[in-house]
Amino acid sequence: MSTPLQVTARLRDPVTTEDHIRGPADAAVTIVEYGDFQCPFCGAAYPNLHELLRQRADTVRLVYRYFPIANVHPYAERAAETAEAAGVRGRFWEMHDWLYEHQDQLDPVHLSLGVEQVGLPPDELNAEVENRTHADRVRRDFVGGIRSGVNGTPTLFVNGVRHDGGYDLPDLLTAVDAAANA
Amino acid sequence: MSDPNGLIQPGRIAPGFTLPATPDGALVGPEQFRGRPVVLAFYPADWSPVCGDQMSLYQSAAPVFAQYQAVVLGVSVDSIWSHRAFAESKGIEFPLLSDFEPKGEVARRYGAYLPQRGEAARALVVLDPAGTVTWSYLSPPDVNPGADGIFDALDQLAADRKVMAG
Repeated sequence: MSTPLQVTARLRDPVTTEDHIRGPADAAVTIVEYGDFQCPFCGAAYPNLHELLRQRADTVRLVYRYFPIANVHPYAERAAETAEAAGVRGRFWEMHDWLYEHQDQLDPVHLSLGVEQVGLPPDELNAEVENRTHADRVRRDFVGGIRSGVNGTPTLFVNGVRHDGGYDLPDLLTAVDAAANA
Repeated sequence: MSDPNGLIQPGRIAPGFTLPATPDGALVGPEQFRGRPVVLAFYPADWSPVCGDQMSLYQSAAPVFAQYQAVVLGVSVDSIWSHRAFAESKGIEFPLLSDFEPKGEVARRYGAYLPQRGEAARALVVLDPAGTVTWSYLSPPDVNPGADGIFDALDQLAADRKVMAG
């Protein structure tokens, strides 16, 4: 096997209808984010991605995939499985937003309150999390990410190519505008 | 001296060694894992300032490594005490080897030492179950290479073994 000096990591799992997608289906630019709800860097990127989608509403869509680094973030898997439980009820993005807006409240007690605020039955979701009902889905996202070259959180792929730049709004705007005009 | 030929290349027999490792300072080296693929992950230092640092990432991918029965060994010039504290804080359960005295000697033998920095390079070396290098990769020190290249190498190993067995 050859040893390239540097390879550009590329997304290997294409976006499907199984994914959680925000933005127009025919967007010229697709951002796939691999994120961890307990990761402060993901939390810092969250408002920037939000603003990016607002400023480029016609050209950009965001796909969110789970990448909990459980050994560092003890609440990350639980948060991801809760988001997925909300997702099967059509409330993924509401739960996603709550989680990133309350990163200091991911312990089980506060998380239940969050589920309630999103308008979902906490006991029902809690039971699914306890039974690991959605663990396979989270795992599938994680493994696909690691095979695609996710090297930490957040990792973004812009039209399939890993974004190795920053997560400030200007960096993101530059990256998506370049991809849109490519 | 660092190996003037650079990072060890596929086809070479991996130099044998043992180094003190987490959790208890016992001597650990690749020859103890013959019959399984071994991933040597040389890295500059414990305590990098990001969430998804390379060793934490490999720990979180432990179930995937297990599917290949692969052993992961992290190697840096940090002391065993630093390794222990780092492993505890990041929940790292695979061995972190201390290439501390003589400093960087194992990294040098693999062509994975940066004398100007006094640290191991960020280099990945995959050994086949017989201890031959099957893939190696040198990353810029500040770029976490992720694990995609490692798993591609492990896939290739598994495919080669199937051909041999067939």
